[in-house]
Amino acid sequence: MSGGTFLGMPAFPEAAAAAVRDTRLRGNLRHATGTIRAKRARAVAELPDWAGLRAAGAAIKDRTLRHLDHYLERLEEAVTAAGGTVHWAADAAEANRIVTQLVRATGESEVVKVKSMATQEIGLNQALEAAGIRAYETDLAELIVQLGDDLPSHILVPAIHRNRGEIRDIFRSEMGRWGRPAPEDLSEEPAELAEAARLHLREKFLRAKVGISGANFMVAETGTLVVVESEGNGRMCLTLPETLISVVGIEKVVPTWRDLEVFLQLLPRSSTAERMNPYTSMWTGAADAEGADGPRDFHLVLLDNGRTDALADTVGRQALRCIRCSACLNVCPVYERAGGHAYGSAYPGPIGAILTPQLRGTVTELDASLPYASSLCGACYEVCPVAIDIPQVLVHLRERVVEGGEATVRGRRTTIRPARGHAAERAAMRAARWVFEHPAALRAGQRLASRTRRLHPRRLPGPGRAWTASRELPEVPAESFRDWWLRERGNGSGGRKGREDQTDQTGQAEQTERAGRAEGGGDR
Amino acid sequence: MRVALFVTCVTDTLYPGTGRATLAVLERLGVEVDFPLAQSCCGQPQFNTGYRRETEPLVRRFAEVFRGYDHIVTPSGSCAAMVRENHPRIAARAFGGRRADEVAGAASRTYELSEFLVDVLGVTDVGAYYPHTVTYHPTCHGLRTLGLGDRPRRLLENVRGLELVELPGARECCGFGGTFAVKNAAVSAAMGADKARGIEGTGAEAVCAVDNSCLMHIGGTLARRGSAVRPVHLAEILASTDGGTATDGTAGGTAGGTREAAR
Ligand code: SF4
Repeated sequence: MSGGTFLGMPAFPEAAAAAVRDTRLRGNLRHATGTIRAKRARAVAELPDWAGLRAAGAAIKDRTLRHLDHYLERLEEAVTAAGGTVHWAADAAEANRIVTQLVRATGESEVVKVKSMATQEIGLNQALEAAGIRAYETDLAELIVQLGDDLPSHILVPAIHRNRGEIRDIFRSEMGRWGRPAPEDLSEEPAELAEAARLHLREKFLRAKVGISGANFMVAETGTLVVVESEGNGRMCLTLPETLISVVGIEKVVPTWRDLEVFLQLLPRSSTAERMNPYTSMWTGAADAEGADGPRDFHLVLLDNGRTDALADTVGRQALRCIRCSACLNVCPVYERAGGHAYGSAYPGPIGAILTPQLRGTVTELDASLPYASSLCGACYEVCPVAIDIPQVLVHLRERVVEGGEATVRGRRTTIRPARGHAAERAAMRAARWVFEHPAALRAGQRLASRTRRLHPRRLPGPGRAWTASRELPEVPAESFRDWWLRERGNGSGGRKGREDQTDQTGQAEQTERAGRAEGGGDR
Repeated sequence: MRVALFVTCVTDTLYPGTGRATLAVLERLGVEVDFPLAQSCCGQPQFNTGYRRETEPLVRRFAEVFRGYDHIVTPSGSCAAMVRENHPRIAARAFGGRRADEVAGAASRTYELSEFLVDVLGVTDVGAYYPHTVTYHPTCHGLRTLGLGDRPRRLLENVRGLELVELPGARECCGFGGTFAVKNAAVSAAMGADKARGIEGTGAEAVCAVDNSCLMHIGGTLARRGSAVRPVHLAEILASTDGGTATDGTAGGTAGGTREAAR
């Protein structure tokens, strides 16, 4: 029992439609995201140089990603010199195998975990469970998800879809099966809920010999890893166990401490709307043998799992700048209504919609539907502290879905075939393009629509029903603007710009060049 | 100053009253406006759905059709954003060279109506009269891609008789999103319903925006809910005068124009 799985979930539109009907879920999300939205805006507005910081964050990440091999090697050298061991994992299976072997080597069958997106991504808890090892989540929200045999639905607050009453019920019914039970008379007061979790977790911290974490940043110049958190559970997991295993995506490296400074300003304000997060833990390699604090044995598992494929994509690679602040989730109107589970991966919301199809590909129906899980309103780009142009990447990935093309898959340049189920749309887009290239045909179509306008149905069959289920159709006017213009102003009045078929041969560059020149010269 | 109207395919086909209103406002301010008949669509629906290659000929066409004009004015925030933000990128990748320069040039001369009025003409009072309570919805591409800021509001505030009321949650997307409206119809409808509730709550008679595609979604949602609030394009408010109508009597001095029939 270590949480469910995202495998085999339906495509985004179906999952989202079900979530939209769940009024309690929508209430929980609206309340939670609305609150944090306003707070973030205030925290960001406090800094007069936010735009500069944001640009610096993006630039540092881009520079690091351009020379990623170099910085990863420096990191490896520094970690090794400080007594740690570095492992390289090409994919989820390899990372899980490495971690399982490392835990087995300690002889332990329990580990405590700091909340980590990378280990969610690779399904580490399930892999450990299959090997007979129990992983205890120690972040409060992650604990709620684990006890509820649930899936995370938010990067920062994995149990954001739960309200206090639901949390109390989960604690009361499930805590006892994992360790110290919750008090019988537990109320839904936040302080009481936190106290129950504190007591429940404390015995696990004190017993654990192995800790597993991710990292927010890795500083290449000294081999230092950084975790920022709010609850102190991270500090416990990072310092009490004898063995610490950190699973970290390769894009989390930053070259120097000066670079780190930028992100330690960007991250807390964007994620929790705090000037500074309560706990910032940093560690470099393993503790020296004699009398030092902290784990004696430190392993860093560097995870690729699709990241170098994304790096090869000149438009898509900006997704690797992400510092997992979750600001884009909190402002996203689609996330607010669809909930995190509909995105079918550890990464929900706008960042998930551009990251998952790059890490996992666009082969499954779910993954191919993710780039469309957006109205392209741009609220995500506006708040992103590292200026990831999420709408641009979404459109880029839509192109990969419908038109296929070149992409790097597991390190190889591959020609991707268009996803299935887009044939009718493709035909319609081609037809529309032809019409738009022939305005005379466009006008003929407009006239036909105008003449038959009294016959148009109010509700459409087939795909059009998706529009008319909730909206009236616009009424087709008696006359298009074009026709009005021709009637009122047409007939070459005052040498106005000529015929609509003038650039109809756009297919041939030569002809259009000539037509264009003739047009330009003929004006006035 | 040579000015061309880029009316957009949606306004041309479904909301001609907005096109006539745009023309009326500009001509009232002494601008001579041309309507090149070879224009069609900026390619936004194709591009945003992933059909970049189907967009390329339309990008080329746009630059050719509007070659030689000093300013290209359009009553659509999202089409202006498509031209300004995406046309140069598409052209740089597809054509390069002189043709890409030409596309970038056309893009830089393209203005959404309120930008043209405020920034180029330097006008915020266009002499309009519109005795109604209106709430304003800033559409996403106008707000975030173009950075229209308070330009539309400043224009509305100078309309005589008009009472502007605040829309709660104004900056949140209405849920249209082009093909998003049908591909993710449930979420789109939920966003539309929330937007419609917000609009109804203001007590306004009309909701104004700078984009007819968003207004088609908002208006369609309001109409289905049996709401009395009318969707109205900014141009149609700015075209209205106390002489009644400035748009040949067809758009009407009242809000909505041809859209009224949709109620
Ligand atoms: S994409 Fe940007 S806003 Fe979203 S989680 Fe990543 S860093 Fe934060």
